[in-house]
Amino acid sequence: MVSHVVIEHPIDDYLRLDRVPYTWCPGCGIGTALQHILRAIKELVEEGKLDRKKILFVTGIGCTGRAAGLVKLDSAHVVHGRPIPFAIGAKLANPEINPIVFSGDGDIAGIGGNHLLHAARKNMDIFVIMINNLTYALTGGQLAPTTPYGVYSTTTPYGNPETPIDVAKVLVSMNVNYVARWSTAHLTKIKDSVKYAMQKRGFRFIEILSTCPEIFGRHIKIGDPVTLYKRLQKIAKISSKPSFEDIKYDWETEITCGVFLDDDKPGFFDNFIRNIEVVKSGRG
Amino acid sequence: MRVDFLTSNEACAEGAIDAGLKVYIGYPITPSSDLFEYLAEKLPKKGGVVYQAEDEIASIIALSGAALAGAKAMTATSGPGFSLMQEGIGLAVMLEAPLVIVNVMRAGPSTGIATQIGQGDVMQSRWGSHGPYSVVVYAPSSAQEAYEYTIKAFNSAVKVRAPVIVLMDAILAHTREKVILYDQDEIEVIGFKKTNDNPENFYPYRPDPDDLVPPIAFFGEGYNVLAESLNHDERGYYDTSIETYNKLVSRLIMKIDRNKNYIVASKEYYTEDADILFISICSMARSTLALVRLLRKKGVKAGLFKPISIWPLDEDRFIKLAKNVDKIVIPELNQGQLEWIVKKVLWDHGLCDVKVYPLPMLVPDLPSPDDILNCINSRGLRLW
Repeated sequence: MVSHVVIEHPIDDYLRLDRVPYTWCPGCGIGTALQHILRAIKELVEEGKLDRKKILFVTGIGCTGRAAGLVKLDSAHVVHGRPIPFAIGAKLANPEINPIVFSGDGDIAGIGGNHLLHAARKNMDIFVIMINNLTYALTGGQLAPTTPYGVYSTTTPYGNPETPIDVAKVLVSMNVNYVARWSTAHLTKIKDSVKYAMQKRGFRFIEILSTCPEIFGRHIKIGDPVTLYKRLQKIAKISSKPSFEDIKYDWETEITCGVFLDDDKPGFFDNFIRNIEVVKSGRG
Repeated sequence: MRVDFLTSNEACAEGAIDAGLKVYIGYPITPSSDLFEYLAEKLPKKGGVVYQAEDEIASIIALSGAALAGAKAMTATSGPGFSLMQEGIGLAVMLEAPLVIVNVMRAGPSTGIATQIGQGDVMQSRWGSHGPYSVVVYAPSSAQEAYEYTIKAFNSAVKVRAPVIVLMDAILAHTREKVILYDQDEIEVIGFKKTNDNPENFYPYRPDPDDLVPPIAFFGEGYNVLAESLNHDERGYYDTSIETYNKLVSRLIMKIDRNKNYIVASKEYYTEDADILFISICSMARSTLALVRLLRKKGVKAGLFKPISIWPLDEDRFIKLAKNVDKIVIPELNQGQLEWIVKKVLWDHGLCDVKVYPLPMLVPDLPSPDDILNCINSRGLRLW
């Protein structure tokens, strides 16, 4: 007879526990990353700095996208590539809503790339957290915009002929309010960074490099989760306030991590609400 | 009540404001842009917001977010933009997000002629997104109807928690005519049916057994609402079982049928003793009505049935008329899309003897009554 030991976890209250076990593979980093995001949210709520009722957790399609159905918050699991506009629409209807977009690299930077750029351009008051596992994992390992050059994918069986996009660096160039990159080897950094960025206005972006031993790992012949994790530890190098030129995205040598940008410019809603106030007062 | 002189784009915008529009999200496209511009000026003064998205895909997706956060939400677009919105319409269906999409039809396919009229989106408005689903579509044919049926479109959207489409066309959009606008106490405005459950017992997709529509809790109210695009059960949990799929998808379709009596709308002209029944929508119904009057003067017993809800069609009225006529003529600016709807309804009701004369006209301009008459004659149709 199997005995079940019930162990409470600090974030149990933020999960739909009736959905356990979740779909993520052994060795996948998404669950670990999500745990530390929820720990950050929990701490903010407990410190009275965040209203749990006003959080809206929006995801797109992919392994990361499944998280919307797991968190015990207002959440939405929408169509591929579109969590950013969905979050913006909700905030337009109710500016008190605090949207967190949590999705994968294919969803955010591939099919959803245009929405990302325009939300960044507008310094839109949303917080985007992008899990980067360097492949389209849920669909079986096709080429992602983040897949390293030369690497095998099921749609580039002779090696990826393209240069990958460094999403964090693109957003640094767009002068948003916060850009950071971490990996699942930096869990405390993830929690602290999320906690800090949640309290800021404007467009905030955190990229989290993650391990996908089941798909990406096997494609680069590192199917063992521990070996892949060690490889990530080696190349995900934290740099303190790196210059634009210092930010690297090279799976062979270095993927620079750290806080790349931290600013406090007025967000879209600061200007937008000011406009509406002017119109309402009849001065417009 | 007040009288104004408006285009259908403007009248539609006024209808939306009177129905309680709070969030308009759009992307510029001819011939719908001036509806956007009109609201950009007016809506903020009424406490609503107007936002320009980066494309039509973002517009329609953001509308679902806005609707589920508690706003009456609308966009307007035209052919190419409407095509881009199709996946997002499916999302709104699945999330049961009530919203209104105005599609000002122009001459296609593809970029076609942006400034000219078309009626090529009748089928797309109903079947454009993938998978089995249902939506409601209204097709007004004057500025007055654009005003009234935009209000109705919002009411139907809220009532059945589904996207509702208003089909107009390039001629209507920019034709200025008299419109009677009503005061708030002269119109019916339906509000959202909110849940009575407390957050612990709230199921986002548990329908009211009477109308099959789930009472709503908005984002931001502490209900831990889960909006799920995947096939889901009443909790919003993804499930691949045949039972859950069948239950959800059939309910999404049946809830519109269940509320059909509220939704459907049509108008009839000279039908009491008609032998020949014309069927036409949008601007084309104006030319067709003029032709019917012309024929009446010549002693031909012609009448016009003008469906305003084309999905679902006002079948009861239509069948009553169809039983008493010999011929049905359907002039339209496409290859015959209304014709398919009409033929199916006739077939479903066993009315296989009435002769249907499709009159597809592939012209990017509104035909005059004489043009329609010439079309009938040049095709050798002996209708009278």
